[in-house]
Amino acid sequence: MIYFISRTLKDLRANFFLNSVTVITIALAVLIFSAFTLLFVNADALLRFWLADLRIMVYLKNGTTEASIREMQEKIRKIPGVGEIVFIPKAEALERFRKQLGPQASLADGLSRNPLPDALEIQMDSASQNWDAIEPAAEQIAAFPGVEDVEYGAQWLSKFIYILHLFRLTAYAMGGLFFLAAVFFVANTIRLVLYSRREEIEIMRLVGASDGFIKDPFYIQALFMGMLGGLMGLGGLFCLLHFIVQSTGAWIPADSFHLRFLPTQLAGVILAGSMFVGWIGCFVSLRQFLK
Amino acid sequence: MTYEDKSAIIQILHVHKRYGPKSALTDVSLDIFDNEFLFVSGPSGAGKSTLLKLLYLGERVSSGYIVADGLNLSRISRRRIPFFRRKFGIVFQDYKLIPGKTVFENVALVAEAVGTRRSIIRKKVSSLLRTVGMEDRAGALPPSLSGGEQQRVAVARAMAGNPKIIVADEPTASLDPESAGVIIRLLRQYQRLGATVIIATHDMELIRSTGGRVVILRDGRVESCAVIAEPE
Repeated sequence: MIYFISRTLKDLRANFFLNSVTVITIALAVLIFSAFTLLFVNADALLRFWLADLRIMVYLKNGTTEASIREMQEKIRKIPGVGEIVFIPKAEALERFRKQLGPQASLADGLSRNPLPDALEIQMDSASQNWDAIEPAAEQIAAFPGVEDVEYGAQWLSKFIYILHLFRLTAYAMGGLFFLAAVFFVANTIRLVLYSRREEIEIMRLVGASDGFIKDPFYIQALFMGMLGGLMGLGGLFCLLHFIVQSTGAWIPADSFHLRFLPTQLAGVILAGSMFVGWIGCFVSLRQFLK
Repeated sequence: MTYEDKSAIIQILHVHKRYGPKSALTDVSLDIFDNEFLFVSGPSGAGKSTLLKLLYLGERVSSGYIVADGLNLSRISRRRIPFFRRKFGIVFQDYKLIPGKTVFENVALVAEAVGTRRSIIRKKVSSLLRTVGMEDRAGALPPSLSGGEQQRVAVARAMAGNPKIIVADEPTASLDPESAGVIIRLLRQYQRLGATVIIATHDMELIRSTGGRVVILRDGRVESCAVIAEPE
């Protein structure tokens, strides 16, 4: 093992420029891919943050009797995922509206009659605070007789989720392209090193060196380059995020959503992926060269 | 002990080797004995190097069989070739030393390839370099050495794996007579320790001055075989 590592370090020094270009390519690929992943992680967290606070507002038709409202509450309670249901009579709704208006509350005094309908405020239970549970529940409630309208931020949330999906697909495609580019660079670097050492490899084969003895230092080199590129890419992203948080921190309220770095496990997966890029690039080159 | 009493370490049976339409060896049959000092001679293009390459699986036979140390070479898979080659020490006319490695590292390569411990490698390589008279140049790079010195390092490398057989392809062709004499003496010394040494050379004077069995090849066929007595 000591022999393999010392040979790997020698090779890295001997082809410093070539190895540096490869490491930087891997670092850039990891940086861009991780940036997209970071965007998802934060967008997903933001979505959860919003959904946790999201309520389905069910506006009732004028003249709905108390008995019908109770019956409706019972039916809603049976829908999977539904948590707390609060009845808000129109008078209370107007009072809330006044509070929301704050200094302009007097505007509501000018109303000749209360235009707001009775409503039910529904909160999903903690396990169902997600779009897949909220949307069908809201659609089911909207079909009940006596319901005038249902509001749950459907339009803007579904747009947000749609854009998130588009980003996800773009990231998969870009991740794939960067993966191929990085593999190509590693494969070429290893191929050039192999060509520069072809005489030595030929001699090694003649003196009885096994394929493993010849190949292992190249694999160690490629894994090392992958790891270094991965660490540089993730480190670069961390610094970038730190800079963004520092610059925007002043105008984001303390109790609102905050940007955060990739979870350790995910960063580990990306690092392992960058090492795999090194390994596969090396595998391709060695397969062609030693055939 | 006569040659009839010895057991064959390598048996070559009706071997043909063709490169496209050109035939390099035709129906060669030969027994190479254990602990033998054998010269393979003949003019350029007679098939000497080809025959040696077939022995260490540098090439495969087109037809016929070679059995070396009990192994039928036709049945050895590509993956097993490195392990088979460890039975051999190989010396080339152009030395084939790795220019970027020191004399010590070049000799150590064989032991490293078979996974010998570093402390053992250090002792063994130092001892081999002493045997070939190169202990003072252990840290030198091959391009800084003379041809004779490089070939002495190559012989040390060939001995490093304690092979049963040493194959030397024109080991003295690029050397002056004095250096050539040193190389042959080293190989003879190794053979006396119990190994088989096979040398391809077209230098009849060298054969006469060294002694041993000689097989003459011409146009890819065995023309004659003779035993030359070792000079007193």
